[in-house]
Amino acid sequence: MPSNKRPAALSVRGLQKAIGGRTIVEDITFDVCEGEVFGFLGPNGAGKTTTIRMIVGLIKPTNGQVQIGGFDLRQNFIEAMRCVGCIVENPELYKYMTGWQNLEHFANMLGDVTDERIEEVVRLVKLENRVHDKVRTYSLGMRQRLGIAQALLGRPKLLILDEPTNGLDPAGIRELREFIRKLAREEGLAVFVSSHLLSEVQMMCDRIAIIGNGKILRVATVEEIVQSEINRIEWTVEPRELAVRVIEEEVGDGRVDLLGVNKVVATLNQAQTAHVNERLIAAGVKLYSVQLQGQLEELFLEITGGDSIA
Amino acid sequence: MRNLLGLVENETLKVVRKKRFLVVLLILLVLIPLFAYGQQTQQERLKAKVGINDWRIQLQQQITDTERRLQSASLSDEYKKVLTMQKEQNRYYLDRGINPAETGASTFTRVFMQFGSQLFMPLLIIVVAADIVSTEHTDGTVKLLLTRPVKRWKILLSKYITLLLFTGLTVMAMGVFSYLISGLFFGYKGWDAPMFTGFSMSGGGIDTSAVQMIPQWKLVLMNYGLGFVAAITVATLSFMVSVLIRSTAAGMGVMMAVLIGGTILVQMASDFPLSKYLFVTHLRLTDYINGTPLPIPDLTLPFSLAMLGLWSLGALIVAFVTFSRRDVLA
Repeated sequence: MPSNKRPAALSVRGLQKAIGGRTIVEDITFDVCEGEVFGFLGPNGAGKTTTIRMIVGLIKPTNGQVQIGGFDLRQNFIEAMRCVGCIVENPELYKYMTGWQNLEHFANMLGDVTDERIEEVVRLVKLENRVHDKVRTYSLGMRQRLGIAQALLGRPKLLILDEPTNGLDPAGIRELREFIRKLAREEGLAVFVSSHLLSEVQMMCDRIAIIGNGKILRVATVEEIVQSEINRIEWTVEPRELAVRVIEEEVGDGRVDLLGVNKVVATLNQAQTAHVNERLIAAGVKLYSVQLQGQLEELFLEITGGDSIA
Repeated sequence: MRNLLGLVENETLKVVRKKRFLVVLLILLVLIPLFAYGQQTQQERLKAKVGINDWRIQLQQQITDTERRLQSASLSDEYKKVLTMQKEQNRYYLDRGINPAETGASTFTRVFMQFGSQLFMPLLIIVVAADIVSTEHTDGTVKLLLTRPVKRWKILLSKYITLLLFTGLTVMAMGVFSYLISGLFFGYKGWDAPMFTGFSMSGGGIDTSAVQMIPQWKLVLMNYGLGFVAAITVATLSFMVSVLIRSTAAGMGVMMAVLIGGTILVQMASDFPLSKYLFVTHLRLTDYINGTPLPIPDLTLPFSLAMLGLWSLGALIVAFVTFSRRDVLA
């Protein structure tokens, strides 16, 4: 679990970007510690990518400061960038070159990467069989892995992944999740992951920053968010009429929605959920499953006070 | 320094692997035989007209032809000047017993650069140059390129050095290919044929005071040297366009429009006072040593070189300032 005693691999202070008089991102402040997986959560268009581009030096901030591995990005660009490996949006590599040639290209830019290191990262992302094929022939998942390989080449302290699960199948997402957790746990890497899916961030991260309309709304551990927030719960039950009566006793009449033939949905916090589950079983309702549903939406509604989200 | 070398190696590999330079070589391999064949046909027709395969008679015939045309009243003053100069040049050769049109691979090689430096060579240069920066934007790879521990100006410099390298290779390929291929048509002779250089126009007449005789190979080298200077200017301007315009196709279109439009403008409105400050006017540097009349009178080689230098310098400043400051948004 995260502890603020660990040194910060990434420190962002009061970051702001205005383009043509319009403020896109405002007062972004947070720290990512070593060995921590940090989620950057927000709907599309909230300013996630703009923030990431400022962190890796693609966009100059109008205001504010970025420190990577203790180096100020503006004053010590080269030292700061030595500590980072990143994928911004899609892993767009040189399609007319092979995976290996791409890695050699980036190794050349770092200056001190050996062929052994290239082989090592290729093994790490399990691309040994295809690394000498042209990237043009790769699937999206393989490109994603090659992207991660190039990010890891220079043994960074901080890994930045922008929407890394985009376009991956469920098996690929699970694999990526485990891979990221392993990097943080075993290599002490700080990993910064952006996403618009709470469920994904919840499973992968230790801490989360939530961004909406260009502002940080909240920074908290995953536990804090899950425990304190009310969730939308979906029960699969039989008989439904009885279940609805039991749940309505807890949340109030008319606040229960029906779904499909045997599903009931309601919004409540953890304590209420536990209570309802007990009562359902006691009342003799057959409880097939209990599921969290659409958490991000609920979370955003609560945090932003009902502002519209994508 | 080691770092920069690695970057240049990267960029060179990208140009090669993207097969951009291969396109340039293929264009040359297809077009040079066509040009050589055309030249050969024209010469045979001329021989047939003269009847006897003797260049002295041919040259005399040409001079007589020119004189006859000069008597026509409908000729513009400009054109008359050109014809007079051609006639006097021919007479100069005839009087000294030198065959100016000693057709051989070396003459073809020289003339190829002479005519190519205005449009054909620039178009070849654009194929590599217009692509070199903008393609990183088009493919989205710029995000990976600029998030390395390397300063942006260094990345751009490595691209510029690579471009100069391929510009040099293009000029060399023009020379080598045109010599090797045209030799099949005309024979590989004429390397050391004596040639005159240093003709210039002064006061409406031909000024022969600075004329000197040099071997053909020297003249060829001089032509390609000046051609390279013109090529660098075109490459540098395309480089700037490639930085400014993120779409490769649009950048290429802009450069082609500038080159072709500029050439037309210079030829149509040679007395337009601004045209001597346009870079297109100065691309045919080879005219200064081959004695071909320039589109605008009173231009000198140092002035042309200065203009090309200024245009290149300006383009480089714009390119480097823009590239190192710009936000990479999409």
